[in-house]
Parts: sequence; C-alpha cells; structure tokens
Amino acid sequence: MKNLVILGAGTSGTMMANHLEHKLSNKEWKITIVDQTKTHYYQPGFLFLPFDIYTTKQVKKKSKKFIPKSVDYIQERIELIKPEENKIELESGTSLNYDILIVATGTDIAPDEVEGMDGPMWYKNIFDFYTYEGAKALRNKLREWEGGKLVVHITEMPIKCPVAPLEFAFLADSYFKNKGMRDQVDITYVTPLGGAFTKPKATEALHHLLEEKNITEVTDFNIERVDYENNKIIDYAETEVEYDLLVTVPTNLGDALMERSGLGDDMNFVPTNKATLQTLAHENVFAIGDATNLPASKAGSVAHFEAEILTENILRYIDGQPLKAEYDGHANCFIETGNGKALLIDFNYSQEPVTGTFPLPGVGPLSLLKESRTNHMGKMAFRWVYWNMLLKGRHIPFVSTNMSEKGKELETV
Amino acid sequence: MKKFIANQEIEVNDEGYLTDFSQWCKEVGKTLAEEHGIDMTDRHWEVIEYLQEKHKNEEALSIRGIKKSGVINVKDFYSLFPGGPLKKSTLIAGIPKPKSCI
Repeated sequence: MKNLVILGAGTSGTMMANHLEHKLSNKEWKITIVDQTKTHYYQPGFLFLPFDIYTTKQVKKKSKKFIPKSVDYIQERIELIKPEENKIELESGTSLNYDILIVATGTDIAPDEVEGMDGPMWYKNIFDFYTYEGAKALRNKLREWEGGKLVVHITEMPIKCPVAPLEFAFLADSYFKNKGMRDQVDITYVTPLGGAFTKPKATEALHHLLEEKNITEVTDFNIERVDYENNKIIDYAETEVEYDLLVTVPTNLGDALMERSGLGDDMNFVPTNKATLQTLAHENVFAIGDATNLPASKAGSVAHFEAEILTENILRYIDGQPLKAEYDGHANCFIETGNGKALLIDFNYSQEPVTGTFPLPGVGPLSLLKESRTNHMGKMAFRWVYWNMLLKGRHIPFVSTNMSEKGKELETV
Repeated sequence: MKKFIANQEIEVNDEGYLTDFSQWCKEVGKTLAEEHGIDMTDRHWEVIEYLQEKHKNEEALSIRGIKKSGVINVKDFYSLFPGGPLKKSTLIAGIPKPKSCI
C-alpha cells in the first residue's frame, strides 16, 4: 500500500482529495488529508459579510463534510515536512510517511509585517476582511460607523484575489448610498501598483468605475508604517493618507511550515513549476493553489483549473510517464461593482483580460470586462456551485481548464 | 521603437524601457538617469548592479526584496531614485519594469 498525503483541506486540498479518490485504486493507494483548521470557509463570502449581504452561517461549514469517506481525515497542526525522508511530523508527535505529497496549505495575512498595523487599533479602526474574524469584526463596525474617511488599502503584492479590495471599495460605495450616508463618507483606494489592477486593459475599465463612483485613487504607495495614534498610513516616499476607518489587505504569506521545513521562498510560497505543478526541489512533492509561487492569481478559479491539471499529472507520475499536462495560468473572476452588477474577467499567463462573451462565444450569457446584472447573478450563484460542485471536483459545464480565446475581442499584434 | 541615446541607437518599448539588455552600457544608463533628473553616484551604480544581477538570475524585483537585499534600505532607495524607485532604477538599469503584480 502506498501513501498519498495532502496538506491542507481548503479549496485546493479538498478538490484534490475528491479528484484522486475517484482516480486512484483504493487497493494500492491510501489517501490522507491533514486539515489544520477544522472549518471550511467560503472565502469569496468574506467580501459580502462586512456589508450584511451574507450571514456568518453562509460562509462556513465543517471541512470534514467535503472529504470523501475513504480518505483519512486528520485534524491537526503540521509541525514539519521532511522531504529527504518523505515524512510529515504532526504537532502531537505522530508522523506520516508519503510516497507522494501535495502541498495545499494556502496563504494567510501577516499584519505584523507592517509597523503599527496590528497594534492597539487592530479591529478598532483598522480591519482586514481576508479572515472570518476580520470580516465579522468589520461588519459590526460598519453597522454603527457614522462616516468619515474610509481608506481601502493593499500592503504589497502578491495577494489572494487581487480584485477583492476593488470590489470592497465598489460595494462600500453602494452600501453607504443605500444607507443614505454616502455624502458623509470619503472613499480612497490606496495601492502599491501603478493603477487599479495588475493588467492594463482591466485597469482602464476599473479606473473609470472608480471615477464614476467618486473613489479617489492613490497609486504607487508602498506602505512603511501605520501611524495609529494620528490615523494615517505613511509610505517610503513619506506620502501620508489619513483615515478614520482603514480596511487593509495585509501582506500575504505562505504557511510558516514552509519556512520551518526549508521549502518556501522569502514569502513562504513554494517554488513550483508553473506548468506541471511539481515543486522545483522534490519530484514527489507537488503544490497547488495559494501555496505556490506561480505567477497566477491566488484565486479559487485558479485552484479549480490547477486541480484538473494536477490530477492528470499525478496519474502520469505514478505511471512513470512525463508530466504532460500543462497549466496555462487560466483565471476567471467575477468583480462585484455594486448596485447588483458585476464584471467578469477571464485570462491566463500570457493573455490579459479583454472584452467579449463567456462561456459560449458570441452568446454569453456572461459578458467580459463589462458591467451587467447577469454577471452579478453569476457571482451570487457561485456560492452554490462552490459548495456543491467545485469542492467535489466536478467539472463546471462549458468552462475549459485551459483558457479559450473564442468569443473574445483579442487585439491583433 | 528606436531611441538615440549616448550616440547609440537603442531599442526601447513605449514606456522607454530597453528591450535588449545587450545594448545597455554605463553611458546609456547615465543618459537615461539624466533624463529623469538623476545624477548618478557610486551608490546609485551599486544598486543598479544589484538589480541587473537579480534580473540575470531571473529573480523577481520587489520593495520587499530591496528591504532584504543588504545592499540598500528602502528609505535610501527612495532618496536615490525619487518618485517610483523600482520603476526608475530598472529603466536606468536597462532591464524590464518589474511586474510585482499578479
């Protein structure tokens, strides 16, 4: 009997358990998944929780519920990976041997990377919305907030779901409009990037939306510290932005387990082949989702496409064949723009988001890089798709693993 | 796009970044720096060399990387290349603008 071990039972880990349980013979392979957290969060929901659009119940379920029965489920902290010995050490001192390892430990916020961020004002007037605790604390704050300067801020790239802070700014605009207090709120969007987003075409479209919604942009802002006594953030060029309420996306780091095990880069992300998902250091260790250093968005859609590729490559690896399946960096993201509308972007490593229709060329029903109500309904329907199809590793109809160029208005070079 | 820098014809993109590093030399760097109001000193060149080395090894450039580089601290980096230090220094170094942005 051989052992395949999956570290992490988030979006990627859970999908891999479901895929592999179908594909591997249970006479030859034992699959084990180690979950460090117990609760599975619907992370896209953290965007809606602060605005009372989703309830806490809608965004969390027990992780174990999504793991197939034939897979060994262990709920414990992981102490160390010893790749030279093909061994995992758990916090309790038990160890697990593996023939194949899949690292799916994700990324987490590290507010302590910036001076003054997680000081005495953390969760008083400085919040994140990338954690359940942060999103919930922010919801309670927004319910009673009387207005002032709202600053939505990104500390440094890369971050999970790079569009989420923009969506937060857009949703804040409609939230305060609906409360009849938009005139009492200044919204400023502060980013270390040169523009609203990482890709030029989408940046242009999003810049117009920010203008339209009267949201001020501050770009190229590399934060040095938070002056929590005087309520301002200060960057290395000594530019200051004042806030009454700071909603920040702190530095995102991979699991400290990578640092302890010598498997990560300087942000604890695992150096991974961007096409095959095999780690660069060890041929029987693979990585997926937010845990990798891939130059792709850290997003659920990316994890979903990667899971299909990785499943194929693991089967090939077991058969001693070359790892042929190649991930192209495909990402597909809804961008909530407020007032019941959303944009949709679809892109990969080399092709930036453009306008067009999706998933059916010329038909849609979704439109790319344009605001529509149908896109918003797509985003809302996605919560059901996530819990009921995506985690179970079911293929999403009409959506290909590698990006399709059909139905897109690509520029001819 | 072609540009005439320091008596040489250099290939640049629409943002002014060199597209072929082999066309770079110190004179080119110096002229590009002057265009951005920067008078190059030994300290500047030290940073430029560091950036070129990183680029050669295909390592991504970021403010975090500068912080950990041991070559320069971020404050000094900003004062040497005021405005957008990474954008300006890479332009002078003849290497692509970093896309520390995913």
